[in-house]
Amino acid sequence: MRVVVCIKQVPDTTEVKINPETNTLMREGVASIVNPFDEFAIEEGIRIKEKHGGETIALTMGPPQAEDVLKTALAMGCDKAYLISDRAFAGSDTLATALTISAAIRKIEENDGPVDLVICGKQAIDGDTGQVGPGIAVRLNMPPLTYVSKVREINPEQKYIIVERLMERGKEVVKSTLPALLTVVKDINTPRYPSLFEIKKAAKKPMIKLTFNDLGLREDQTGLKGSPTWVNKIFSPELKSVSGEIFQGEPEECVKKLAERLLELTKGVSL
Amino acid sequence: MSYLKIDKDLCVGCGVCVDACPQSALYMKDDKVEVNDKCNLCGACVGVCPVNALSIPREEKKSDLSDYKGVWVITEHDGKKPVNVTFELIGEAVKLASKRNTYVGAVLLGNNVSFMADDLFAYGADKVFLCESPVLEHYRTEPYSEVVVEMVKQFKPEIILSGATTQGRDLAGCVATKLETGLTADCTGLEICPETGNLLQTRPAFGGNIMATILCPNTRPQMSTVRPKVFPVPPKTDKKGEIVNFSFDFSKINIRTEVIEYLPFEEKISLADAEIIVSGGRGLGKPENFEMLKELADTLGAALGASRAAVDAGWISYEHQVGQTGKTVRPKIYIACGISGSVQHMAGMKHSDIIIAINKDPEAPIFKISNYGIVGDLNVIVPLLAKELKKHLAS
Repeated sequence: MRVVVCIKQVPDTTEVKINPETNTLMREGVASIVNPFDEFAIEEGIRIKEKHGGETIALTMGPPQAEDVLKTALAMGCDKAYLISDRAFAGSDTLATALTISAAIRKIEENDGPVDLVICGKQAIDGDTGQVGPGIAVRLNMPPLTYVSKVREINPEQKYIIVERLMERGKEVVKSTLPALLTVVKDINTPRYPSLFEIKKAAKKPMIKLTFNDLGLREDQTGLKGSPTWVNKIFSPELKSVSGEIFQGEPEECVKKLAERLLELTKGVSL
Repeated sequence: MSYLKIDKDLCVGCGVCVDACPQSALYMKDDKVEVNDKCNLCGACVGVCPVNALSIPREEKKSDLSDYKGVWVITEHDGKKPVNVTFELIGEAVKLASKRNTYVGAVLLGNNVSFMADDLFAYGADKVFLCESPVLEHYRTEPYSEVVVEMVKQFKPEIILSGATTQGRDLAGCVATKLETGLTADCTGLEICPETGNLLQTRPAFGGNIMATILCPNTRPQMSTVRPKVFPVPPKTDKKGEIVNFSFDFSKINIRTEVIEYLPFEEKISLADAEIIVSGGRGLGKPENFEMLKELADTLGAALGASRAAVDAGWISYEHQVGQTGKTVRPKIYIACGISGSVQHMAGMKHSDIIIAINKDPEAPIFKISNYGIVGDLNVIVPLLAKELKKHLAS
């Protein structure tokens, strides 16, 4: 099995604060991390290799410093890493990103051999779109299996996979041929912490850089030019302030007043 | 190559863009802004510049898009009836279509599903594009996306809306890629630009901390996914419409997946359908305090919700999460306990009829959108409230 895990470096959005004076994001000092959903993808990719043999390759697209997330993936147990980085890719939306990543996976196939499985996190926490995974699948002509919460069975000889998909009101069990693309949710596993030994070992693993010229794409297919969607405006949402009744002071008094209102409101609501 | 253009004559050196840049690519030099090579053209700075000194020059493609007409909604259903988000989107499509002087189309795929067309008309669809086949019995990405792509090529809609559900996101992502057009996820607002006629798609961006309006000016259709409950279900009427039967030759495509089994979850009070929600955030301080909230929730017959902070801290499972990355809810009453009200949380609950906040910080943003609130220690307030309510509800 040759597995490619697609990961993304994201700002730790839980740390982002809004500057109340200018109403803009304050980014200073916000750490960059591996997109949390991608850690489950890395872990699953490594587990599949450990069970079925083969290799697991980590892939990311981003600025040069995105190399850091590949180092994490290598330390967790990936065998090799590819960094797609080029100014030509700046401004990519999900369509251009998926095309660029799929071209890189084709390049990996040229270098290393056929890919049986591509694994992505279900979405990145900065964009929250979940669109890149299905986009890569379409470009590579692989069936997309999204929101996977469990890999039940992989049969590398007969080339099929059976997964459970987490839907709103239940789980769906799906069988697909290989190669295929999975996007995974956090129920799928518990990602491991790399040991110091693994971190040291990771420094010796191959890290390959891919640029625009390696991918065989046209300039108008990538970056800003290859992106049909544009960010037109960024703004802090205006809250429709309501002049509510806010109680302060003695807890007992406050609770009494709130309970009165609440009991009035819940008339007609089936309790 | 594309680049960020800085008009130094206009720049007043206020530095707002420097704070706004997610990449730390902007810095001040001689009281003017400069950009380094970390810039990935995300556009966050362009919108915040008070003097319009920043821009990302784009080539205007001169493509004729006038053939594209109609606002479409992809119907999601369980085999028995369309799910509510479909009706919510039809309601929104009616508004968009009237501004564009065009029709509302509903795409209906499945096996023996034509009876659902009446409902789609009743909520506002003018036409139903129907494709029925045993192959379409269960939703599967490959046959569904191929049919929708063929329909789009033939009928050329200018806008396609789909629920931001597991199915809707899966389908829309594949369809947009096959059509090589733009797709905007999880929109919370849709408008038509009065000047250009383009769809203005508003969504929380950068981790849900700020809003962005996204355009897809040069390709059609313009595609958006929208979370359930972002828009209300429109009133049902006795409107009728036209069914457009669409036949598709499934032998020409390779379908590589099969649904072996479906395991429904046990029925419980679903967050999305609850009339009252009691929700807890970081202010709870520890996981055990959700027990206290649960008591209040049980007293009211309410579902239990949580903020992203509480879920990320591991205090409660993800299925309880309300907000941009959790569920969008519009209950009759939403009680937020120890939730300060981040943009991404409020994006998921601000449409609740009545919002009640309990928080120790009187400056917490949540109070701004609350109809009622108590400033105080929730460890004291919540048990007192549960007790007080029990007293009255028992009598």
